[in-house]
Amino acid sequence: MKKQKVGARGESIRAHRRKEAIVNIVACVKQVPDTEALIKVNADGSGIEEGGIKWVMNPYDEYGIEEALKLKGANGGEVTVVSLGPARAMETIRTALAMGADKGVHITIDSADEYNTAAALAAAIKEINPDIIFCGQRAIDDDSAQVGSILAELLGIPQVTIVTGLEVADGKVKAIKPIEGAQLVIESPMPCVITAQKGLNEPRYASLPGIMKAKKKPVDVKDAAALGISVEPKAKIIKMTPPPERAPGKIIGGDDPAVKAAELAKLLREEAKVI
Amino acid sequence: MAKGVWIVAEQRGGALRKVSFEIASAARKLADELGEEVSAVLVGSGVEGLAPELAKYGVDKVYVADDAIYADYTTDAYSAAVAKVVKENDASILLLGSSVQGKDLSASLVGKLATGMASDCTELKIADGKMVAIRPMYAGKVFAEIGVDSFPQMASLRPNVFAAVENAKVSEVVKFDAGIPADALKTKVLETQQDASGKVELTEANIIISGGRGMKGTDEYKILEDLAGLLGAAVGASRAAVDAGWKPQSDQVGQTGKVVSPNLYIACGISGAIQHLAGMSSSKYIVAINKDEEAPIFAKADYGIVDDLFKVIPELTAEVKKIL
Repeated sequence: MKKQKVGARGESIRAHRRKEAIVNIVACVKQVPDTEALIKVNADGSGIEEGGIKWVMNPYDEYGIEEALKLKGANGGEVTVVSLGPARAMETIRTALAMGADKGVHITIDSADEYNTAAALAAAIKEINPDIIFCGQRAIDDDSAQVGSILAELLGIPQVTIVTGLEVADGKVKAIKPIEGAQLVIESPMPCVITAQKGLNEPRYASLPGIMKAKKKPVDVKDAAALGISVEPKAKIIKMTPPPERAPGKIIGGDDPAVKAAELAKLLREEAKVI
Repeated sequence: MAKGVWIVAEQRGGALRKVSFEIASAARKLADELGEEVSAVLVGSGVEGLAPELAKYGVDKVYVADDAIYADYTTDAYSAAVAKVVKENDASILLLGSSVQGKDLSASLVGKLATGMASDCTELKIADGKMVAIRPMYAGKVFAEIGVDSFPQMASLRPNVFAAVENAKVSEVVKFDAGIPADALKTKVLETQQDASGKVELTEANIIISGGRGMKGTDEYKILEDLAGLLGAAVGASRAAVDAGWKPQSDQVGQTGKVVSPNLYIACGISGAIQHLAGMSSSKYIVAINKDEEAPIFAKADYGIVDDLFKVIPELTAEVKKIL
């Protein structure tokens, strides 16, 4: 844990050390297409058609922001929301500020692969000197589930991913992580990266006063290149295609549920050979 | 010059997980095409004896880090061990499963190895001597071909999609010590709470029977559980059913739940919202049972029955009892 400066109200350094005060909380957010959005591949297969898409905050990042705000509520500190993306990503930063985050950092870049994204976030977050960093466990656009972990590695701090429960005390976190057939309770010292899974909390909505206040909160806009970030991807999209079509299926007709069920059992056994 | 196809074998409690054989088989295929070897990294405590099982699925060499510090999976210990051996041997391709552990380990390795990775892939191929990985994006609304321009070229593979193919090799076992001082490890597992025993895990199940809004309540899932019991299947739920409080979040299949690819997925009273389809459309066979013939789930189904699930499922259970 790093040391806290003497507070404005004159609390002693010793008192802060004993409490292991939380000073800086970071939450990373990404703007993504709404889950209901129809996604179409563009003409040359290099990406998607962006026209007509409604952009929202990645749902898993909402759990991260909420946990950051809860932590601030209980322990104090300041919540900085960090996002990487084109100009429109500012809307998502404002949403997080309206929920209650204190300030924002917007790293402007049109797109980046997972490693470069994490490198840019790491460069910006290092300056904040955080006690804890929250990310969504994955973004629902590229579905990679990588950035939070890479970020932890680049910052040289521990990580606990896909977390559904969190306790913070004495400079440590205790996180609940579901795995196949079990739940783990994992302890990690701070600072650390936590990636949030559905179930961690119920994200709050931005209030109207929150939305008004958000407009005046500071957002530091940084160009990715100025952070020394490579724009050359390590993982790159060769081409995108629509999903493979499934062959048309068979509707089992008739009026008697028993006859239809028998026919289905027979097809599953003899044609599909799956039971 | 980077060479060789590598995998990280996943084990828990001293047993290899099925996904390990799937990735070994996928690696074997790539290696044969490239004329290279398959090496597996196996990390754990008391796991050396598992090496021959990997050889059965086409692994030429097994690098084993066997130490008490690896008794529990922790990101920092496992990732340090794998990164060391993979780096030292200048691996060209590195594959992991996209299980909960594999997701965590693979992403941390991307950071440690400063490379790129295609996550949760459903197909792999070789083009011009390089790996091309095919993966769903935007919850399966789009598929992308991904190439990695750094080494190792990493991919994590969706469980249950790649076939585990026996292809016995005489495998060499190489023990290695990653030399990780215990005090360098930051995270620790305080507790492992097992789920109710006998419950089949959704992401590993060969057959899944899922119930949606049409189930109408918690107790009604009993008829799905009865059928699941006969078939050794897992029972899943749609988001509507989870949001209604009928099933826990851990049972949710879909974009904000689990992504599954069983051999058989039986959707009962599920309309087929795009978020749900995202989680299950890579299933090999899909059955839809729904009263509403307009339900979008029928467009994805191999077999459909337009009828009341509460009439069809008990009859199906009775039929299955007869034929199994």
